[in-house]
Amino acid sequence: MTLSDLPSSTGRPARRWRDRPGIIGWLYAAPTAAVVVLLFVLPVALAVWMSLNKWPLIGGPHTLNFPDNYAHIPSDELFLQGIGFTVTYTVLIVFLLVIVAMVLALIVEQPRRGVGILRTAYFVPAVVGLTSSALLFYGLYSASIGPINPLLQALGIIKEPVDWLGTPTNALISTLILMTWRFAGFYMLILLTGLQAIPRDIYEAARIDGGGPFQIFRYVTLPLLRPSLALCFVMIVTGGLLAFEQFYVLTSGGPDNSTVTMVMAMFRQAFSLFDLGRASAIAVVMLIALVAVNALQLSVLRRQDP
Amino acid sequence: MTAMSSSAAERRGIVRGLGSATYLAISGLIAIAFVLPLVWTAVSSVAVGPGEGAPGITLEHYQRLMSFGAGLPTYLANTLVVVAVTVLSSVVVSVLGGYAFSRFKFPGKQVLFAATLAILMVPHATILIPLYVLLGAVKLTNSLVGLGLVMVMFQLPFSIFMMRNSFDAVPRQLEEAALVDGCTSFGALTRVLLPAVMPGIVTVVLFAFLTGWNEFISALILLNDGANYTLPVALVSLVQGDWGQVDFGALQAGVVVSAVPCLLLFFVLQRAYMSGFTTGAIKG
Repeated sequence: MTLSDLPSSTGRPARRWRDRPGIIGWLYAAPTAAVVVLLFVLPVALAVWMSLNKWPLIGGPHTLNFPDNYAHIPSDELFLQGIGFTVTYTVLIVFLLVIVAMVLALIVEQPRRGVGILRTAYFVPAVVGLTSSALLFYGLYSASIGPINPLLQALGIIKEPVDWLGTPTNALISTLILMTWRFAGFYMLILLTGLQAIPRDIYEAARIDGGGPFQIFRYVTLPLLRPSLALCFVMIVTGGLLAFEQFYVLTSGGPDNSTVTMVMAMFRQAFSLFDLGRASAIAVVMLIALVAVNALQLSVLRRQDP
Repeated sequence: MTAMSSSAAERRGIVRGLGSATYLAISGLIAIAFVLPLVWTAVSSVAVGPGEGAPGITLEHYQRLMSFGAGLPTYLANTLVVVAVTVLSSVVVSVLGGYAFSRFKFPGKQVLFAATLAILMVPHATILIPLYVLLGAVKLTNSLVGLGLVMVMFQLPFSIFMMRNSFDAVPRQLEEAALVDGCTSFGALTRVLLPAVMPGIVTVVLFAFLTGWNEFISALILLNDGANYTLPVALVSLVQGDWGQVDFGALQAGVVVSAVPCLLLFFVLQRAYMSGFTTGAIKG
């Protein structure tokens, strides 16, 4: 008990509320709360509100029109096509990245000389920003300065120059290559951490029991690596469903809108068709879908986690 | 990235069976495939391009980059404003917030922490449209400061998680001595705790910098005046022909300018990078 705890007529009420830990805690947490409420909770609420209204990009008035914005989604060709394309892309990039990252992780798990250099080499593209990476590949694929066509022609693999972004299939494959280059090292590191956590004696025991390398990988490594694999899976799926800038930079959604993703379709609704209400309806649907996918995947992940 | 020490007999996994030569050839070729695009860009940014004259070394691409659109200096300055707002605000908010979450009890603490982490669950793209409207309502349309604040929000789960863990790792006795000596909790924070959580702060700064420096989609949506573009948006507008035919030489130079700070930070701050990576991977 100190003097300041006693009521006094000279009164320093400020002292009293400051002594309460709850208040002090809130003072320190106030900036966090301000950012969360003003820049996150409020926008999410506004997205929902906008989706219930007729909300042109410029001017007004904003009038309630629920459920028009949602009812329009099934007839939004670009968005529907975007769903199909985005899901296709996501499935492909999940397989590609998980397999390549797994191979890289197995390579750099080896306690051989120079393995540190390999790890750095595989990881280094993940350090560069995604936009810079996409711009880099835009140059690689270009007809005017790209080295790929001359190289393949010199090796006799192709006769005519290939337009790497010119057809829907080429554009998709080219983007998949970019994303594998950019992210394989990142997921390699997650899998490597998982691999290094597997106790050595388990391998020893499997080998004594007569397991060959592929059997050990299939029945020992893979099951024990499941938590790390699941983590990669969740992150790649979420990233894939939200794909935007890799296609925006490389293809702008072309050719013939064949590489328009869901996010791209949403932004076109907002900033090319000037309808923020409809765009917000798409945003709300995507938000709910993504949160559901996330929650589902995380619950599966947790069940697999011993 | 710790090196593992063990004899050849302990090698394990399916790669074990490969002979040294095969292993070296395969792993080396893949390594070259990963590094080569970066090397190619760096080299061709200073090489005389096809149709630009006799082969040789030139700085012309960088000179053209200096003057494309509003000019590289403008775009760099814009980017640095966003980076400064992101870094400074992230540090202030997350140091205070991490301290609160680690050391204080207050009503609504769990709710606030959950709400902060919920930012991870919500796709960034879906809240950019309402953010565009909200920033417009407070006259922050097309504002680099507004963009920086949005970046602080997107980084917040990482920053708060990082700083709360940093404070949690510091023994309470450290500041209790200071508090007994009559220090306020803020005094204990600035004089005693800050040095102890410095590695966490470095990591927050590093990733706030990288986010602000590299962010594309938010900058594309929230900035609509070419003179206010950040470097990534300006470079993409170069590709999309906003300034006429695509200038690939300037583009190569731009990719180098944009990538070099990221690479430098990675090599200089590898420890902070990896600790952030681990935190990021767990939170994901």
